Amino acid sequence: MSKEHQNYLKKLQKEKRIIIFFQLLIFISFIIAWQLLSDLKIINPFIFSSPSKIIITIKNLFISYNLMHHILTTLYETLIAFILGISLSFIIAIILYEFKIVNKIIDPYLTMLNSLPKVALGPLIIIIVGANTKSIIVMALLINLIVGIMSIYNGFNNIDSDLVKLFKTFKASKLDTLFKLVIPASYKTIISSLKLNISMTLIGVIMGEFLVSKEGIGYLIIYGTQVFNLSLVMSGILILIIISFILYKIIIKIEKVLIKTD
Amino acid sequence: MKTKLLSVKNLQKNYYSKKNEIEAIKDITFDIYEGEFVSIVGPSGCGKSTLLNILNGMDNITNGSIEFKDDNIKLGYMLQSDSMLNWRTVLDNALLGLEIKKEKTKENINNVINLLDTYGLKEFKDKHPHELSGGMRQRVALIRTLALNPDILILDEPFSKLDYQSGLMVSDDVYNILKEQHKTAIMVTHDLAMAISISDRVIVLSNRPCTVKNIYEIKREKNLNPINNRKDKNFATYYDLIWKDLSEYE
Repeated sequence: MSKEHQNYLKKLQKEKRIIIFFQLLIFISFIIAWQLLSDLKIINPFIFSSPSKIIITIKNLFISYNLMHHILTTLYETLIAFILGISLSFIIAIILYEFKIVNKIIDPYLTMLNSLPKVALGPLIIIIVGANTKSIIVMALLINLIVGIMSIYNGFNNIDSDLVKLFKTFKASKLDTLFKLVIPASYKTIISSLKLNISMTLIGVIMGEFLVSKEGIGYLIIYGTQVFNLSLVMSGILILIIISFILYKIIIKIEKVLIKTD
Repeated sequence: MKTKLLSVKNLQKNYYSKKNEIEAIKDITFDIYEGEFVSIVGPSGCGKSTLLNILNGMDNITNGSIEFKDDNIKLGYMLQSDSMLNWRTVLDNALLGLEIKKEKTKENINNVINLLDTYGLKEFKDKHPHELSGGMRQRVALIRTLALNPDILILDEPFSKLDYQSGLMVSDDVYNILKEQHKTAIMVTHDLAMAISISDRVIVLSNRPCTVKNIYEIKREKNLNPINNRKDKNFATYYDLIWKDLSEYE
């Protein structure tokens, strides 16, 4: 390895260290400032809680409120809605791509549905589906489906037009074009739509839990608000941040593995 | 007398848009004989690609006729870009046409493997397209077209996406491959020098609505490969003639 190369690598490492250092600095300063401001009563500790209180709350939740059960419930709902969402988006996107006329027909409805704040449908869903896990999943599907369909469909339409023409010169059938070109060529788009989908699903699940549930992280947050236990609310949010971060990282990992084999 | 493979008579093609009817091709008549290499040149937007699409049956005609020697005449189409599928190996790319046409027999596969071996791609069969140079990819694209054993090859500006030097080299390659395989070829190009150096005949088209302006039979002192044909003493004469034809439309 040449000296210049070594220097370059050193420079990269140095930069990485600086980034991590400042990331930690921001985090620790935030926690300390929060704790101090709360202890000194500069901010209202009842409303804003404090890191130490949150840790105690989480510990108590673990012991007496079965925190793991709530986390698993939310994860379970997210997973079901995510898998259903991705599969349905994929199938519907294929139908829209293959039958352009269907797309033209339902386009205004899709646009309307897309611009409608889905949470407005919440009460209706509860009445139709019932106040249970099902309506949480329906809620999440409503939110992740439209985005999923649109991103996969756009991926299909962005395939290199030369490749589409190549298949036309061979007079390939629709099925051949679909399986030998459209799906493999949009592989990366489909994988990247997973990222978008997981965050959308989580939004839907929490929204659903706010509306109906008796368990799950969304329930903990809404329950905390109702009994004015703001430490519980903050703990819920913190756990949610951690869950969504981990889910996102898992998807990124999956994405890396899948795209590497390409 | 050479066999006539294809005969285009008074071809006319109109396009329709919401507002009006566009006459893309007004009147085109020409014949293609077995084994010859014919280039079609013309001002940009004159309907050259439309003509190729029509020949390949990807677009219909408004009037006139296209007659092939018989119903068994097969056409192969080579596009402007090499259009490799990045997720397939070189061999699988070359087999794509056979796969789609459901003609992936052992014999045909061996034929493709032979072609790859013969034309310098032996070590690259299991590689992916991004590991190949532009010229090599173009050769794979040609083999993909040849795999279906077409009688007439349609080449749509096949070298225009390559840089000047690779374009020259690949055109030599393609020319040699087509001659060795005894193929008839129709090439659309905007590169006059390429057309004159590679073809037996050059068809010059007019502006839109397109008609046949002139057809030149290219006579050389000696038929060599395209690069050396450029040194032929008639080369400049043809260039000037065709240039004059086309400059009327600028």
